[in-house]
Amino acid sequence: MIDIEKIRADFPILKREVNGKPLIYFDNAATSQTPQVVINAIVDYYSRYNANIHRGVHTLSQEATDAYEVARKKVQQHFSAKNDYEIILTAGTTHAINIVATGFTSFLAKDDEIIVSAMEHHSNIVPWQMLCERTGATLKVIPMTEQGVLKTDVYENLLSSKTKLVFVNHVSNALGTVNPIEFIIEKAHAVGAAVLIDGAQATPHIKPDVQALDVDFYVASAHKLCGPTGVGLLYGKEDWLNKLPPYQGGGDMIDQVSFEKTTYAGLPFKFEAGTPNICGGIAFGVALDYLNEIGYENIGAYENELLIYATERLKEIDGLRIYGEADEKTAVISFNVGNIHPYDIGTIVDKLGVAVRTGHHCAQPIMDFYKIPGTVRASFAFYNTKEEIDVFVDAVKRAVMMLS
Amino acid sequence: MTIKEIQEEIVSEFEMFDDWMQRYEYMIELGKDLPLVDAQYKTDDNIIKGCQSKVWVHADLEGDKLNFTADSDAIITKGIIAILIRAFSGQHPKDIIEADMGFIDQIGLKEHLSPTRANGLVSMIKQLKLYAVAYQTQLK
Repeated sequence: MIDIEKIRADFPILKREVNGKPLIYFDNAATSQTPQVVINAIVDYYSRYNANIHRGVHTLSQEATDAYEVARKKVQQHFSAKNDYEIILTAGTTHAINIVATGFTSFLAKDDEIIVSAMEHHSNIVPWQMLCERTGATLKVIPMTEQGVLKTDVYENLLSSKTKLVFVNHVSNALGTVNPIEFIIEKAHAVGAAVLIDGAQATPHIKPDVQALDVDFYVASAHKLCGPTGVGLLYGKEDWLNKLPPYQGGGDMIDQVSFEKTTYAGLPFKFEAGTPNICGGIAFGVALDYLNEIGYENIGAYENELLIYATERLKEIDGLRIYGEADEKTAVISFNVGNIHPYDIGTIVDKLGVAVRTGHHCAQPIMDFYKIPGTVRASFAFYNTKEEIDVFVDAVKRAVMMLS
Repeated sequence: MTIKEIQEEIVSEFEMFDDWMQRYEYMIELGKDLPLVDAQYKTDDNIIKGCQSKVWVHADLEGDKLNFTADSDAIITKGIIAILIRAFSGQHPKDIIEADMGFIDQIGLKEHLSPTRANGLVSMIKQLKLYAVAYQTQLK
């Protein structure tokens, strides 16, 4: 069960007003809000033990190092990774994807193939296109249905001994579809391909077990998990991380350096060149504690209730079409009303205090698929309420009245 | 009328409304009277970058004055571009280049002036002024 009054009190930003109206924040798929405990952790770090890590012998450096490594352990436990050194703390999902995409340059030959899904974020398309340009490999795309569900039969046909890597998001940011990643991973492994799953949109709603999934790489961002921006993770199986070459050179990632030869540090430091986002990493750990205290089962059940309620209420509006109608989806509703431009609706509902995302959601191929310029996207978190959804639906109705 | 006088006229029209909703409704009305760009200029090349909605603008020189036509697939954007064009059409390129755009603030659209705002009002103003710069060179 969710104690909504108590939870809302944890988020100071929910008390503010926008355009003279109480803020209703429905852009959680873009970034989540930050609870006071996480804000406190950030303040505490800079007030008490701000220091560079993994180097100094002094007390502050040791305290900061310990806190940072405790955070890594928390991430490890959260994702059920076997070893803490299989967790690389990155600047975020995009950074994590680029570590893998760049590293795979040395593994790919001209006739090799990479498979991605049709519902990827731009950050999940461009690095692979660049990888294909570097290596001569080919990019194959798993198509989707009108409902926004991947065509798994086509996926099976795309797989072959040429497939070296499969890349799919766990949940689509534009549609909310939960993809069948267990199936995707199993089939990819059967042909000897590695699998990278982007969990940026899934992890606020689902707690993945990377060992049970048997996934090779899993990536996510802290700022969608009630943590700060500029920090995220790359989980990789130990074997893969050992094989993968380092992404950036710099301090902290080396063992021995001379002008003749440098040997690299072991995991995870091989991929953590330079001073990391120390405070961000520590705050990420606190954010995971916060979410786990509420419990993912409670979060998932409550958000699903919001999703069902919002879907029903929005369907009251004439001409409203929802994009992404998979049976299994997270609390995301992408929609348009008639021919009204999503930007127009977004502008009016913002005036009424509701924050939603409008546009192509960095997923232009999906918009091209539906032949639309974009959508209005409302995405809910466990601190949202049905009352807020009522205000939002009224705001959309008012916008539609003004705009048609 | 000079650009400044037209701007003042627009400001006084918007002053009649006391809430944002009426201002937006008026802007939507203004968008309906927008002199529409000829279909041949509605190409991808003529889309103004930096806008979430599509905005096309075209300029024609008549004598030494510029006339603008435009269109957008979003209604509010259409209203915004209509306001800009009303201030600039029939004016000399030099005056357009030098025009101060502070009146946008006065009609309560200040929030749209941020350079990172997705509607790209700043990009629209820039594009209109670029046309003026181009034709100014031609006039010389």
